[in-house]
Amino acid sequence: MSTNVQLEIFEGPLDLLLHLIKKNEVSVTDIPIAAITEQYLATLELMQNLNLDVAGEFLVMAATLIHIKSRMLLPAGDDEPDEDEGIDPREDLVRRLLEYQRFKDAAAELEQRELLTRDVFTRPAVTEQAPAQGFREVSLFELLTALRRVIERLPKDDAHEVILEKITVREKMTLILDILRAGERVHFEALFSEVKSRMEIIVTFLAMLELVKMRAIRIFQEALNGPIQIEAAVGIDQATEKVAMEGPEEEQNGTSGS
Amino acid sequence: MERADLKSIVESLLFVADGPLTLQRLEEVVEGSSRDEVRSVLQELQAELDRERRGVRLVEIASGYQLRTPKVNADWVKKLLGGRPPRMSRATLETLAIIAYRQPITRAEIEAIRGVDVDGVVGTLLERNLIRAVARKDVPGRPFLYGTTPEFLQLFNLKDLTHLPTLKEMEELTLPEAPEKSIPLERTEES
Repeated sequence: MSTNVQLEIFEGPLDLLLHLIKKNEVSVTDIPIAAITEQYLATLELMQNLNLDVAGEFLVMAATLIHIKSRMLLPAGDDEPDEDEGIDPREDLVRRLLEYQRFKDAAAELEQRELLTRDVFTRPAVTEQAPAQGFREVSLFELLTALRRVIERLPKDDAHEVILEKITVREKMTLILDILRAGERVHFEALFSEVKSRMEIIVTFLAMLELVKMRAIRIFQEALNGPIQIEAAVGIDQATEKVAMEGPEEEQNGTSGS
Repeated sequence: MERADLKSIVESLLFVADGPLTLQRLEEVVEGSSRDEVRSVLQELQAELDRERRGVRLVEIASGYQLRTPKVNADWVKKLLGGRPPRMSRATLETLAIIAYRQPITRAEIEAIRGVDVDGVVGTLLERNLIRAVARKDVPGRPFLYGTTPEFLQLFNLKDLTHLPTLKEMEELTLPEAPEKSIPLERTEES
């Protein structure tokens, strides 16, 4: 009975297990672990034979199943008041399967709803991602002029600044993102209001440019020579995440995975 | 302002709006009419459109009001617009469901439920603006907590999150083909 598995695309080991349980017409709360394990492993082998990319999670589950199977085989020794005693070794797995099934059901229900652009429609938006009416993009030249104004406003200390500012571009990016996520629009100069050194101004400016590049923010002005304003753009969430994932250090600590 | 005028104006506003209009926004724009009056004409309009089986209906979406075509006309609308609606993969839907019901939730917590890596799917959902990072969890690594967006509500025709279909209780869950007998999750000591 085993290898005659119709291969669907399984979303993961839990999905595959639920499929096998359903196919065998057994209860999820009383899984015949030996049979299911055998079929599970057979499916895995088939997937490998077909050169499907078998994710590591499938293998972890295989190990879990084998472990449970072996524990089920052990006689329940009454003389050993082990903390595991009396607990069905399948319990944890059952809980996970049920939890997952719940969300599978929920997903199916969501899918049944009247989906926008599938079942129901609205008038399409006329403008897409265009800057608000009457607003114009700011040229780099205008930005630099604004930057110079900010720098000129710094108190001109005769003494050299020797305090080593440890703020990085990445930290500034996070800071700007935090500000923009909270409020709506921010004046260009407001971003520099707390800034104390020339170095920090440059770092802030670079952070801004970096964020524009990531499409996390938009820089615009209402009129020529009007105040330059900054607001969050489409990519702000991804950017927030990206900045955070790469960490506050300049050397990116190698994160595993994609 | 005459009630009939108010109703007409509200209908125009709903027609031109790019997204759901909140009661508050409508009230701001029409000026001089109380929120109750606006709400009342909205209800009247909604009833009227339904009663007359009109080609657009007034629906409460994402805490606002929006004109939408009824599902019965979907085929014709699709024919006119052409193109295929973006399909959502099962992985995407499942992940979205988990986030919708369990928000705010971290990536690791989603993975624990799905049993697989969700990096790619979460990225897609972020890109499609259906979820967003809402905060950070106060645990080591300060991972992001995700939640759904108003666009999520719009896509799934939801007034707000409380209108999500109720999640089945664990006890109600048995697989379709499962036999009657079911063993309670919490086993007693002597079993």
